Amino acid sequence: MSHAVVPDTDVPKRPSWVRRNKLAIAPWIFLIPALIFFAIYVVIPIFESLWLSLYEWNGLYNVDGESTAVWVGFDNYVKLWDDPNFWTSLRNNIAWLVLYMLAVPLGLFIALFLNQTVTGMRFYKSMFFFPFVISQVVVGLIFGWFYNPDFGVVGTVWKAIFCEETTNILGNVTFTCSRPAPDILSSPEWATYGIIAAGLWPQIAYCMILYLTGLNNVASDQIEAARLDGAKGWKMLWYVVVPQLKPATFIAVVVTVIGALRSFDMIAIMTQGGPFGSTNVLSHYMYEVAISEYGERYGYGSSVATVLFGIMLFFISYFLWRMYQDERGGR
Amino acid sequence: MFPKPIEKSGPATRAAYQAFLPFALILWLLPLLAIFLTSIRSAADINSGNVFGWPSEFAIIENYTAVFTQSAAAQYMWNSVLITVPTVVISVALACLAGYALAIYRFRVALPLFFLFVAGNFIPFQILMVPVRDMSVQTGLYDTIAGQFLFHAAFQTGFCTLFMRNFIKALPFDLVESARIEGVAEWKIFWYVVLPLVRPAIAALAVLIFTFVWNDFFWANVLTQGEGAKPITAGVRALNGQFVNNWHLVSAASLLAAIPPVVCFFLMQRHFIAGLTLGAVK
Repeated sequence: MSHAVVPDTDVPKRPSWVRRNKLAIAPWIFLIPALIFFAIYVVIPIFESLWLSLYEWNGLYNVDGESTAVWVGFDNYVKLWDDPNFWTSLRNNIAWLVLYMLAVPLGLFIALFLNQTVTGMRFYKSMFFFPFVISQVVVGLIFGWFYNPDFGVVGTVWKAIFCEETTNILGNVTFTCSRPAPDILSSPEWATYGIIAAGLWPQIAYCMILYLTGLNNVASDQIEAARLDGAKGWKMLWYVVVPQLKPATFIAVVVTVIGALRSFDMIAIMTQGGPFGSTNVLSHYMYEVAISEYGERYGYGSSVATVLFGIMLFFISYFLWRMYQDERGGR
Repeated sequence: MFPKPIEKSGPATRAAYQAFLPFALILWLLPLLAIFLTSIRSAADINSGNVFGWPSEFAIIENYTAVFTQSAAAQYMWNSVLITVPTVVISVALACLAGYALAIYRFRVALPLFFLFVAGNFIPFQILMVPVRDMSVQTGLYDTIAGQFLFHAAFQTGFCTLFMRNFIKALPFDLVESARIEGVAEWKIFWYVVLPLVRPAIAALAVLIFTFVWNDFFWANVLTQGEGAKPITAGVRALNGQFVNNWHLVSAASLLAAIPPVVCFFLMQRHFIAGLTLGAVK
């Protein structure tokens, strides 16, 4: 150890602690507002929900302002296991996940179809994207009407094919149909698929736009080289184009998985989980049990939310891991 | 380019493609066209089952006025504006700050914090529902405009920070480095060097967050009760109950609800798309 560290009075005053550490302090000053806000409304509520799933609570407080929640341990999860509505919802969630994935290839095919330069192409591209911009509530209403067996598109087309129009003596028009028009949204077997089909409409548009942007970056020299080697059609698509679209595919898969698991609006609008709970998914079932007309069941609702969160966490971890790989590869 | 550019094929193929495009577009937008046609029909047409034929009369003005005079649609629309605009301002502002911190400074928790914002952006709303609702009731924010935009702003900060951080990270770092050597204060670097460069990102986020929050339905149900604070999405659902079987009015109301995001999209298309690709696909 040397004695040179003793401050020399001649040396100008050392800069203040803040000044010396400015590069260590500055990021926190920039971060704090966002962090606090995000913590209050997002991070902390996650843990509160996890904790609350171990309680039974109707959301009320007693006169002293204390919560009336009662600790029940894993009771809510035991109940969940025996709850047929929970299993229906989970099964529908899987149906959503699997069928929603169709949006990725379908989006790619529309993008390939539109990836040309003719006059007015920009207009066509933006019009094809249209369904994504409008609210899912509106999409739900549109399709609810579209599927209506009496006066919707399905009903009208059906009448044209299977029904005969007869006018009786009083001049009233009646239809005699060889088969009754299908009421898709009232059928426990078909309602979920009807809603998923409606949900695919905006989601395909989203994937399409991702691929259209991706196709802009496809290296044309590679395509030409492959073409000279005699690659065309499916082979060209699969071996030359699709690998170059990897970043677009990744984002498309991410947003489609998230979209499938988040589906709530359409179900709430089109069937409210019915008929007989057959179109429920976890996100809607959670809402239904937590805030229902039969009184609030916050604890039980939280346990449903926890299961959904667990499923989502599985995908989120995978996405983050992929992003982490990219980060390490980068700067 | 793939597939083969159409201008390299024969005139017949080109003509066929040109002719097929409008047809494909109509097919794709059929549900939307159908609802638009419904919204300009008279009630008599709907009742007599004339849903697809030529309207017996055009009731476009009557129907759209009826939506406003017979329901609280104007109030719902205004509520949506009051919720959406502050959300955009707050979340984009916070994300500029946080994105700058996460992109420019090298500190140990930078990446974990960044991933926290990313992960927060992907979680299901339901895991937040009960605590956020309870907190809003406790603080008197339940069934208010502020209660909604505060939540939306906090939640969207995750997405905005993700986007902003990646955008700033892609800027040339030398700019910041040389400003530091010149002895420029850190906040001045942020304000005078970085902020002017992230304007495109701000524009992209603004249109995107506007659309996301305008179209929100879940939180409108969780955080509001009456007409006073409900946005148009929840309002349309209420109208749907009120106008039972008055499909011409329901369609008109739905289309009205869709107009602001659609206008926003068409005005700022390039920014909108840049935002949707999360900055990952350039």
